Amino acid sequence: MKDVFNIVISGVGGQGILKLSKIIGEAALVEGKNVVMSEVHGMAQRGGVVISEIRIGDVRSPLVEEGDADLIISLEPSEAFRVINKAGSKTWFVINTEKIVPFTVSLGISTYPDVDRLIENIKKVSENVIIFNGVELSKKAGSLISLNMVMLGAVSTLPDFPLKEETVIKALRDSFKGEILKVNELAFNFGKEETKKLL
Amino acid sequence: MGIEEIILDKPGKKMFLLGNEAVVRGFIEGGGRIAATYPGTPSSEIGNTLFKVAREAGIYFEFSTNEKVALEVAHAASVSGLRSIVFMKHVGLNVAADSFMSTAYTGVRGGFIVLSADDPSMYSSQNEQDNRTYARFAKIPLLEPRNPDEIRRMVKYAFEISEKHKIPVMIRTTTRISHMRGIVEFENIVKSKDKGYFEKSPNQFVPVPQNARRLHKELLEKQNGIKEDSESSPFNIIIKNNGKFGAITSSAASNYLIDVVKKYDLPIDILSIGFSHPLPEKMIRDFIKNYEVVFVVEELEPLMEKDIILIKEKYGIKTKIIGKDGDIFTPLYEYNPNRVRKFLFKHLDIKDDKKVVQVEDIPLPSRPPVLCPGCPHRATYFSVNKVLRKYHKKDTIFPSDIGCYTLGIQPPFNTADMILSMGSSIGLANGFSKSTDQPVVAFIGDSTFFHAGVPALINAQHNRNHFILFVLDNETTAMTGHQPHPGIPVDGLGRKAPRVSIEEIAKGIGIDFVKVVDPYDLKETQKVFDEALKHEGVSVIVARRECSLLRDARMRKEGKWITYEINQEKCTQCRICIDQFACPAIFVDEDGKIKIDEILCDGCGVCVDVCPFKAIEVRK
Repeated sequence: MKDVFNIVISGVGGQGILKLSKIIGEAALVEGKNVVMSEVHGMAQRGGVVISEIRIGDVRSPLVEEGDADLIISLEPSEAFRVINKAGSKTWFVINTEKIVPFTVSLGISTYPDVDRLIENIKKVSENVIIFNGVELSKKAGSLISLNMVMLGAVSTLPDFPLKEETVIKALRDSFKGEILKVNELAFNFGKEETKKLL
Repeated sequence: MGIEEIILDKPGKKMFLLGNEAVVRGFIEGGGRIAATYPGTPSSEIGNTLFKVAREAGIYFEFSTNEKVALEVAHAASVSGLRSIVFMKHVGLNVAADSFMSTAYTGVRGGFIVLSADDPSMYSSQNEQDNRTYARFAKIPLLEPRNPDEIRRMVKYAFEISEKHKIPVMIRTTTRISHMRGIVEFENIVKSKDKGYFEKSPNQFVPVPQNARRLHKELLEKQNGIKEDSESSPFNIIIKNNGKFGAITSSAASNYLIDVVKKYDLPIDILSIGFSHPLPEKMIRDFIKNYEVVFVVEELEPLMEKDIILIKEKYGIKTKIIGKDGDIFTPLYEYNPNRVRKFLFKHLDIKDDKKVVQVEDIPLPSRPPVLCPGCPHRATYFSVNKVLRKYHKKDTIFPSDIGCYTLGIQPPFNTADMILSMGSSIGLANGFSKSTDQPVVAFIGDSTFFHAGVPALINAQHNRNHFILFVLDNETTAMTGHQPHPGIPVDGLGRKAPRVSIEEIAKGIGIDFVKVVDPYDLKETQKVFDEALKHEGVSVIVARRECSLLRDARMRKEGKWITYEINQEKCTQCRICIDQFACPAIFVDEDGKIKIDEILCDGCGVCVDVCPFKAIEVRK
């Protein structure tokens, strides 16, 4: 593994990005690795852009330098493009294709770009792009709010991902209980299987 | 791993904690007894964590009505011999400043911490004032943590410094430190007594002029001893890199600097300062004299930079100091690793050949924070605008206030014309009422009303002002994460508490037009507002309906979840639901049809009454 592994997670408030980030951090803690993370709270939360950054390794700053992300996880396609400046030629992208169109588009004060054009541009930056409809998989798992765990399952199978699948699963199990845990474990597996097919 | 584990007396245990959560761990380890706050981002999670664990940990914690009261509660605990903390967002210290300045004079007994969470880049604030200035202003020690585990250690250290010098100690975080997560390793918990005793000493605690003159002298006399502690503080750290250059830094900027220097193998020795007021003068003198150039890497104001230049002059040192270069480093916005790299490369004359991605410039949709689906404020704003349109009162002035409802600034509502600070809506309404003939309709939230609205409302009644005040009462402090306030029957320990009535306060002041409406009832709200427009003097309308996030959580739990849809046969595409109501769940699809998003809709049903064609129905 590299000395430092940089993760950027982007999406929209309400998608469970902080939970996803925290589980990755807790898995790193279980493995005895140093981990720092920066999260967004407050006014930006509901329906706004949410970006969290996680760095595993001997580092102090929780913020990832431009171009240095090893992995970008995006729970919404346009939000993957919003953090493109963090990417370099070897960055892994894992992107859910289902759009969330903000009300500013209905009001006509902003536009939603063509998703294919976004993906095309992302592929120009890096070849390591995994794209699938994570929302469909979360529905199959039993709840739309399990999209974050679909994404977690997906990234846990990536060849460069620095954490072991079993520690990630342990951190996941420590974070949920009962019926919700079952749904999230299912979501994790769907994300994992889907990504294995695409790799 | 629940946050409840934060109170366990298990030395060596590690948790992945937020900076704000680490404050609580440090407070518990250090034997802290009394904690008080008024919620404000980026400090809010300190209070939220205490709300969950304080009772179990044997701590008294409260959400005070405002920061000044919170500071007074904590200081009274300190002079009674208990260790205490008051915490707040940076602008909260402005509210508490009057008493805060006096605590430096009177001094303390039990360790007393004032924690200010600053917000460089203004992620959730009206300004980015640098509260390190306040420590200098009050002549008290200042600590600036760099990560969550250091926060834990610094809280305990602050108690010791505070008790040793009998002085308040300020801990200053920033958004990036408060909202940084990292590994925190527990140490043992110090046992402390749970009740204090106040030994009277009016000469010390009553700063009438004759005492104050002596107290200021005593405060100055404390400075030398504090400086010695700063010189030997374990939080002032030198990192040697066989450097040709030096750099002095603190807080979040220290993290960026250390990482960038290491990554690019730059020849820079670093002095990272955690005890930053008073600065360790001799340590800085001995550090800077080794280099021709020393960089100062600090966010916001050049406070350390100016002090370092004074030290340089005092000792006749020739070193060139480069801090705010007016180009990359300015007092504007937070720093980050890119900004620090660019600054260092520029001044070290290194070519910055870091590749930047080449992609098309595709405009992305803007996602401003919005009032949630089901938010009662949206219903109130819709009603207000509807009635005012009827009377063509386009020049109505809307002084607003600080809370979720500030989002009324957005179209189509446009119901926030001016805001200064907590409670300013009513103060401004007083002034507009006297200086113009325009109609004035002010908005204030329930928690903000208690915080600083009441004195301004008394002023309005006494001075015969003429305006309408909406108290947007969603029965919680919503924006900072649903903390209780005096208007709801729960206290900071989660116990049952007496409820203070907003309408009774207004009536008690002598206001004769005080009405309570349910904003979901559009007709009634519009009728009452219409009456208020015709009323002379101050009118108060309490628009009361619980925050939709709380309602949604309850409805889901009770299995009463319904959503709505648009009957396309009845919909005439008049767009009132979009252009005047602007619920984020209602959208125009690619075929131009107006639809309701099944995930976003929370079933509030207000749009049913907004639609003139009865086209909105319960989804089957």
